[in-house]
Amino acid sequence: MRVVVCVKHVPDIQQPRSLRSDGLLVRGGDDDTLNELDEDAVEAGLRTAEAAGFPAEGHDVTVLTVGPSAAVESLRRGLAMGASTAVHVHDDAVAGSDAIATARVLAAAVAKLHAEQPVDVLVAGMAALDGLTSLVPAALAELLGWPQLTLADRIEVADGVVSVRRETSTDVEELTAPTPAVLSVTDQAFRARFPNFKGIMAARKKPVTTWTLADLDLAESAVGPAGSATRVVHAVERPERPDRVLVTGDAETVPALVDYLSQKGFA
Amino acid sequence: MSEQENRAAGRVAVLVDHLDGAVRPTALELLTLARGLGLEVHAVWVGYSAPSAELAAHGADAVHEVAVDGADAQLTASVVDALQTVLPAIGDVGLLLVPSTFEGREVAARLAVRTGAGVVTGASGVAFEDGRWTAHKSVLAGAWDTACAVTGPLAVVAVAPHAVQAVAQDGAAEPSVVRHTAEASAAARAVTVVSRTRRPTSERPPLAEAEVVVVGGRGVEGDFSGVEELADVLGGAVGATRVATDEGWIGHEAQVGQTGVTISPRLYVGLGVSGAVHHKGGMAASATVVAVNSDPDAPIFEFADYGIVGDLTEVLPALTAELRRRRG
Repeated sequence: MRVVVCVKHVPDIQQPRSLRSDGLLVRGGDDDTLNELDEDAVEAGLRTAEAAGFPAEGHDVTVLTVGPSAAVESLRRGLAMGASTAVHVHDDAVAGSDAIATARVLAAAVAKLHAEQPVDVLVAGMAALDGLTSLVPAALAELLGWPQLTLADRIEVADGVVSVRRETSTDVEELTAPTPAVLSVTDQAFRARFPNFKGIMAARKKPVTTWTLADLDLAESAVGPAGSATRVVHAVERPERPDRVLVTGDAETVPALVDYLSQKGFA
Repeated sequence: MSEQENRAAGRVAVLVDHLDGAVRPTALELLTLARGLGLEVHAVWVGYSAPSAELAAHGADAVHEVAVDGADAQLTASVVDALQTVLPAIGDVGLLLVPSTFEGREVAARLAVRTGAGVVTGASGVAFEDGRWTAHKSVLAGAWDTACAVTGPLAVVAVAPHAVQAVAQDGAAEPSVVRHTAEASAAARAVTVVSRTRRPTSERPPLAEAEVVVVGGRGVEGDFSGVEELADVLGGAVGATRVATDEGWIGHEAQVGQTGVTISPRLYVGLGVSGAVHHKGGMAASATVVAVNSDPDAPIFEFADYGIVGDLTEVLPALTAELRRRRG
């Protein structure tokens, strides 16, 4: 079985984050890290492959990212967790791509991997904690022409069919589709394993393939600002709210709070 | 807008979210938002028997019912197939509004790939500015406000709940109702729905759509009864932080945060909630934030409109009782 997991290197959300004057997120800080929700995707990918016999001859779990040179750290993390190979699409022209343009780059990389050795399942996280758009998995499915099974919390692959369980806001669904399929997973069911020392050492020896746009036959005009149909035209740090109230006390503070709620129309 | 600008802006389409034949409240917000743009508004309803009068009262000039032939109509790809059939039939659509739910954003993503549209998610507003559809949104857990212009041929804007308040208008004209049939794409046909079971619904409003949300965090120390009681007095939904759901104090579906449910209520009340960035990212769009926490250093006090540093076991029952008393 071949599983590919898309991961993203993002600024640490516990640290202050900011936007550049052109509205793009400031990246490349020392604290940048593997998007937390992609750890669940790596875990789901590993478990799905392990159920088929990974790690063994003929099975593969590839972690794939597109991003600046530092993004290799997120690939190393995926390798330390147990992935067997890694692919880093690194090309300065990609900087400033919106989510759909980013998906275009990832899809081209997946198509190249698929041509080399067929992919059964492509797994992504439910969102990247920097942009929080959740657009990429569905865009990948459309670009690749593969069925989408998103927000899965259970995955089974057998005889060329993927079965997932998922919860929507209103229903619990069980869906199936033929492989290859695009999956995304929630953060509920695939609590990520912690890389052990052996895994971390092994990750240093595992191969990381680097591709540019040329390797993917993608024109520069298809990515970056030129290939994006959206553009940030204005970005400003939100000012402090001026009229905030902070009081200290117990039950005696309640009438004033209820007055406040009443002014706002809630009481 | 001038007539020339109106022509450039085109028509507005709204994907109407519905469940069991009833319009979801957020869809009425989207129609209200669309109506305010002063352009022709076309409501798109996947399925039959759209409540056309209700849609018209909130802003629809025309209602388009679309049946999807050959696949389950609720699948993302099927909804995209429906839109791909209807949008060209409407003609000259410059803006499509969808709800900023996972489902809505997935529809937007696939449609963007198929049509070259530009997508903005989590928008709090949209306007035609400098000859382009521009969506406004806050990012980085509410710390920044941005405007994002769409340069593609179609703007698909996923709108956050409560970006506007749904308001019906009197005397709306009877809308024209047009029926379409969409042929399911291979992408939709490839997915089989083995089973679909309705999740149990609570008596309270759905978290993502509620106008008032009362959230319990670590400080409730396992007991959500007071949180629920206050939510009921305020007619709101109950939410929780990740700590509270991980501890099993309340079901996971109540988790508010970047990875749980994203909320944008008119009133947020945090009880024993510290306000860590994970949680803040899921509630930063709340209009009014009230917080009660015994820790004066809790980050939530940095962004709460009204904060009480106090003992929750004292403040919460008093607050619920006082609200009840005033309501008589």
